[in-house]
Amino acid sequence: MNSFAPLVSVVQYVLMFIVLGAAIVTVSIGNLFRAAIFLAFTLLGVAGLYFFLHADFIAAMQILIYVGAIMTLVIFAVMLTGKMQDPLVAQSNRQKIPAFIILCGVSAFLIPTILKAPWRTLATPHATTAANLGRALMGEFVFPFEIVSLVLLVALIGAIATARSDE
Amino acid sequence: MMSINHFLIFTTLLFLIGLYGALSRRNMIGILMSIEIMLNAVNLNFIFFSRFLDVPAETAQVFAIFVIVLAAATAAVGLAIVLQIYRNQKTIYTDEIDLLKW
Repeated sequence: MNSFAPLVSVVQYVLMFIVLGAAIVTVSIGNLFRAAIFLAFTLLGVAGLYFFLHADFIAAMQILIYVGAIMTLVIFAVMLTGKMQDPLVAQSNRQKIPAFIILCGVSAFLIPTILKAPWRTLATPHATTAANLGRALMGEFVFPFEIVSLVLLVALIGAIATARSDE
Repeated sequence: MMSINHFLIFTTLLFLIGLYGALSRRNMIGILMSIEIMLNAVNLNFIFFSRFLDVPAETAQVFAIFVIVLAAATAAVGLAIVLQIYRNQKTIYTDEIDLLKW
């Protein structure tokens, strides 16, 4: 590690807090268009965390696919259903408090488990390159890769068939 | 280097925030956005384990790519269904769409 290590750690923690804050705003704000914008910030922060975890290719994919494509889709859907974004209509159902109780239960189970588990960390962290990733996709994982591309094709045809008008 | 516990608690909280959104939103598009947050939390866990635990880095990153692809497919199909429901029912609030409720 070089002398920038403490600074890198601070930046990571700041990024984690930004992601959490943007995610909380995303799920709680009433205006859905603003929620979509904050979702974009959440996804960008996650892409930054991928960079810190030395997963450059995944970070690039995150920005291209999530921030580029999925966010465009979501904003299009928000705008096409513009009449639904009336600020006077409640945007959350009556399950807020039960949902919060469920969350507390799940976190009371998960967080002690995380703290108790004996994680065996590596002395030298793993890193990989896009070239190795491509070799893995075309070698060891070629069958799941083909299946997933078939799923994507079917999903896109299904989306077009579902969204077109009937007349 | 950040501690493994801190990062795992962070991804847990991110997942739970997404779960809260999916449970409490009325708007279908809002629910889809919450699901994207949950998928991102899981993906972050995959990448984190690939870096610091004894998993080949390629394996975890390939899984993360598959998750991103399936999230894209979910978003495309889900938003198409939302638009079609809006066209037919004039609403996308989950508690007002009760066609299948007897």
